[in-house]
Amino acid sequence: MTIQTPFMEVDAELCKGCQLCLDVCPKSVIAISEKLNSSSYHPAYYTGEGCTGCGLCFYACPEPGAIRVVKP
Amino acid sequence: MAKVFEKPASFYSEFERKSAGGKKTTHYCPGCGHGNVHKMIAEALEDLGVAERSVFVSPVGCSVFGYYYFNSGNVQSAHGRAPAVATGIKRTNPRAIVISYQGDGDLAAIGTAETIHAANRGENISVFFINNAIYGMTGGQMAPTTMIGQRTTTTPRGRAEVVHGNPIRVCELLATLPAPTYITRVALGNSKQIMQTRKAIRKALQNQIEGKGYSFVEILSPCPTGWKMDPTDAREHLVTVMEEVFPLGVFKDRSDEVEANAWDRTSEPFDVAKRHEYLQAMQTPLSLDPVELPLDLNCKFAGFGGQGILTLGLFLAQIGMKAGHQVSWFPAYGPEMRGGTANCSVNICRSRIGAPTVEHPNVLVVMNQPSLEMFEKDVRDGGWIFVDSGICTSEPDAKRLKVTMLPATELADQVGTAKVANVVMLGAICAATGIFSADYVKDTLRVIVKKRDLLEMNLRAFAAGWDAVAARRGQRS
Repeated sequence: MTIQTPFMEVDAELCKGCQLCLDVCPKSVIAISEKLNSSSYHPAYYTGEGCTGCGLCFYACPEPGAIRVVKP
Repeated sequence: MAKVFEKPASFYSEFERKSAGGKKTTHYCPGCGHGNVHKMIAEALEDLGVAERSVFVSPVGCSVFGYYYFNSGNVQSAHGRAPAVATGIKRTNPRAIVISYQGDGDLAAIGTAETIHAANRGENISVFFINNAIYGMTGGQMAPTTMIGQRTTTTPRGRAEVVHGNPIRVCELLATLPAPTYITRVALGNSKQIMQTRKAIRKALQNQIEGKGYSFVEILSPCPTGWKMDPTDAREHLVTVMEEVFPLGVFKDRSDEVEANAWDRTSEPFDVAKRHEYLQAMQTPLSLDPVELPLDLNCKFAGFGGQGILTLGLFLAQIGMKAGHQVSWFPAYGPEMRGGTANCSVNICRSRIGAPTVEHPNVLVVMNQPSLEMFEKDVRDGGWIFVDSGICTSEPDAKRLKVTMLPATELADQVGTAKVANVVMLGAICAATGIFSADYVKDTLRVIVKKRDLLEMNLRAFAAGWDAVAARRGQRS
């Protein structure tokens, strides 16, 4: 089965919780977890619906590998 | 085809600096702009197909660890010297894509000279200037780009124009120079700005790939920690406050006018074999056996500038060095190249020399009257004193000292030129003290006299000085 809808994903362990991705997301489909990761940050996560695959969160994120965006 | 935004392949998959567990994150604070710029540079290197031949020059500052992140060539330069280091790399490796990545403290304070001159030479490199208006790594001190009123640890009441001067606008400064190809200021305040930054980074690299010369991209970047703001507020601050002081825009763009490869300048790489060749040439080959030293010599040579006083000292010290002794040569002279007074101290000793100066010589050579008057009293009892009797008008105390009165300048003139009077004196010293044999000195002179055509004259001058003294003792050279 091929993926049909765009999505973003956050590697919770690499996220430093700066929330810049939330700030730039035009669709407001990124949220901050209540859980802490092992570096004591509240990581961002994709709420699961509405991502257009624009990639703005990828460029806003200062961590090289924390965010991945797929636009089929 | 699917578009995937993910960690560019020109980053290392693991960042070795970090301890286990955090090996995939950078050392930067949450919300720091360095990560964004790193990411966009890495992406550009990959997309432009130059990652394999790129060299990332890291500065001193937060981004000092660039070499842990970029899977490219990496050099970490001394503080502020990145553009100079990048120049060297580019000129000797013209195919390399060289990035000078610097913060404001590095680029606009300690590295101001290197920055301006690399730009002025139009070096074919890409400079990325991260301006966050503060010294980040050292703890938030005032930087050259700190804004008026901005509080830092060193300007707790805010930067004041009358005390600290104004923030430096580097793009505007560099844009006055004719050589640079592309100068722009961009920012990381919001998505639109970030995408403009991405474009500018790619253009700066593209210019270099095409050999179009110097590109400079200033990037206004947040320092949430130094600014004491949360990451989103810091981004907002960039747009509302920092942009007022540092207007965004293109300050110079000749990318379309400059011909491709117009700025290619290749220097020969300085390889190891070549270096050995140079060193070999500098070495003066001499395979004479070491000579035993009968006594330590503490010499003072004095006269007018231009009489070869310093050279006399240098010759004697070199002869002593070739003979395997400890030597020192210490010149003292005024700013005049000719006509001032000059003297030098030379030690030739059997054991290590502490101070290179000689206050109480056992050998004094004076080639003018003022020097005789000034230094005669300093000579130790029983020491040697050599006086140019053609120039000096009085004689030293022959009861206390071993006096050699010698018309050195006249003898030199007879040999060919008065300029070798110093070597006449050298001959006299060697003959009188017996420190080195005439043959030994002549062999050494053959090696250390740099102007080959003057060698014969120097040898004759030495013989004249030696003979004049030796004649009194029944010796010949």
